[in-house]
Amino acid sequence: MKILVCISNVPDTTTKIRFNAEKTEFDKTGVQWIINPWDELALTRALELKEGSGGAVECVDVASVNLIDAEPTIRKALAIGADKAFRVNAMPKDAYFVAGQLAEVVKSGGYDLVLCGIESSDYNGSAVGGMLAEFMDYNSVSAVSGINLDGGKITINREIDGGKEVLNISAPLVAVVQKGIAIDPRIPNMRGIMMARQKPLTVSEPTGIDALTSFETYELPAPKAACKMIDPENVKQLIDLLHNEAKAI
Amino acid sequence: MSVLVYTENWDGKFKKLSFELVSYAAKIAEELNTKVVAVSIGNVEKAALAELGKYGASKVIVVCNGELNNLDNKAYNAVLAQAAEKEGANVIILAHNNKGKALAPGLSVKMKAGLISGVTGLPSSYSPMVVKKKSFTGAAFANVKVLSEKSILTLFQNSYAVVEKNIEPSIEEFAPALPAINTQVTNVDKVTGKILLSDAEIVVSGGRGMKGPENWSGIEELAQILGAATACSRPVSDEGWRGHSEHVGQTGKIIAPNLYFALGISGAIQHLGGVSSSKCIVAVNTDKDAPIFEAADYGIIGDVRKVLPDMITAFKEFKASN
Ligand SMILES: Cc1cc2nc3c(=O)[nH]c(=O)nc-3n(C[C@H](O)[C@H](O)[C@H](O)COP(=O)(O)OP(=O)(O)OC[C@H]3O[C@@H](n4cnc5c(N)ncnc54)[C@H](O)[C@@H]3O)c2cc1C
Repeated sequence: MKILVCISNVPDTTTKIRFNAEKTEFDKTGVQWIINPWDELALTRALELKEGSGGAVECVDVASVNLIDAEPTIRKALAIGADKAFRVNAMPKDAYFVAGQLAEVVKSGGYDLVLCGIESSDYNGSAVGGMLAEFMDYNSVSAVSGINLDGGKITINREIDGGKEVLNISAPLVAVVQKGIAIDPRIPNMRGIMMARQKPLTVSEPTGIDALTSFETYELPAPKAACKMIDPENVKQLIDLLHNEAKAI
Repeated sequence: MSVLVYTENWDGKFKKLSFELVSYAAKIAEELNTKVVAVSIGNVEKAALAELGKYGASKVIVVCNGELNNLDNKAYNAVLAQAAEKEGANVIILAHNNKGKALAPGLSVKMKAGLISGVTGLPSSYSPMVVKKKSFTGAAFANVKVLSEKSILTLFQNSYAVVEKNIEPSIEEFAPALPAINTQVTNVDKVTGKILLSDAEIVVSGGRGMKGPENWSGIEELAQILGAATACSRPVSDEGWRGHSEHVGQTGKIIAPNLYFALGISGAIQHLGGVSSSKCIVAVNTDKDAPIFEAADYGIIGDVRKVLPDMITAFKEFKASN
């Protein structure tokens, strides 16, 4: 089995979000970039699956649709333990465009298990994994909180609205993963960082797929009114405010 | 033309979310001068199906087939795509929940319909379709334009108020062609007897400031008094004090209740990402500089171990007299 993990390059989760003066673009000045947290967990789980497979998992590779400035993030994925990396040299315009490009990587590499994070913490699309499955006509499962391989059989834990399920499904498969898939993300060690420099990072040009949506402008949420402080000795006042002012109870 | 809305059911019942979706679809249909067609998959009683008309569905398409008892993305999308085709739907609306997130992307590719996921309000333009959605995990909004003729929107729970229309809908059975089902569900574990975090109008949430799992009885008691669901910050679920399904925040569940209690939660940016859309936030924290007070509407600087029991007493009194 060959596993591909799709990697999105996102601002560090503590980044102060700002936009350009026209409010049409995210302001990248001074931003630290990281592997999207769910993708990092997906990669961690993929490596665990490979290590526990007794050779049945041939490789864990990563792919990202991004311009060259995302390479440090891709190298980090290699340092964590991915075997090879692919970068499709394009601005990730929208989820449809990105999924279409990733489909080319999946096809040419013959991957039978693809892991994607449930969403990317920047544009929060929750879309690339499901779209990729449809482009490939692969099976797909979303909200995956656990995945195990047992011979040819794939067992998955899936969150449903109001509970959980265990299910079996066959490859080729796209699993869209979320919290629970791995406990802590792996952190690259010195050896990993050294080795990552030698590992192949293949760059390809995008194929002609048009985006279906465009991000036009951005807005910041309206600033919040100052918090009203209530005397801890007078909790009754809280109830009064919640009832009469906020009308929340 | 029509606006198609997928109304999921839970053990044969619809929820407030279903009616929010239909109400939202009805408003869009009105703007586009067309009608709402709801699609229901599975066994739902006639009276419940007819209730979708109350919120604006002119027609309800019912697909009953044992093969669809469990969610299989390909099969469900085959149903939705065929229903959309049959009804000439140009706009398709789903919930921004687990099922909607599982289905909308595949449907988008199948129908070449631009997807805007996680919308929180009506379009600002209908031709082209432009809708505001959350981005940067609640830190911003993006106005996204659909470039294709058809569009798909997934709507966040509790972001659009239910509106009554009182239409008598036609109910029509539909038997679309299904692909082979590949998802074999072997075990289902449903939460019973508790208010689900995603459905809750009030949420009582605890952080590391609660000090330990043994102190959660106060949270549960307050939740019970208020008819609320319980939640927690990430370290609390990582430590195993509470189950993972209660973790809210950027990497957990994103919720938008009417009222959110943050007890002993510092209000880290990643936590706020999941709760900042709450209509009203109450924070209790010993640290007057805790960032949670920047996001909160009402704050109490104090020790939860003292304040929570006082809150329980006061809310009990309030409930008894209201
Ligand atoms: C990639 C990434 C993703 C993350 N995702 C999430 C997420 O989804 N959700 C999430 O919650 N976190 C997330 N985090 C973690 C986040 O950064 C914070 O560490 C976390 O939210 C802190 O949890 P806390 O507020 O419970 O604990 P702490 O930060 O330890 O805060 C405890 C608070 O309780 C107060 N306190 C202490 N004792 C008392 C008392 N007796 N009475 C009243 N108050 C008291 C303290 O003043 C403090 O403010 C993420 C982090 C990263 C890096």
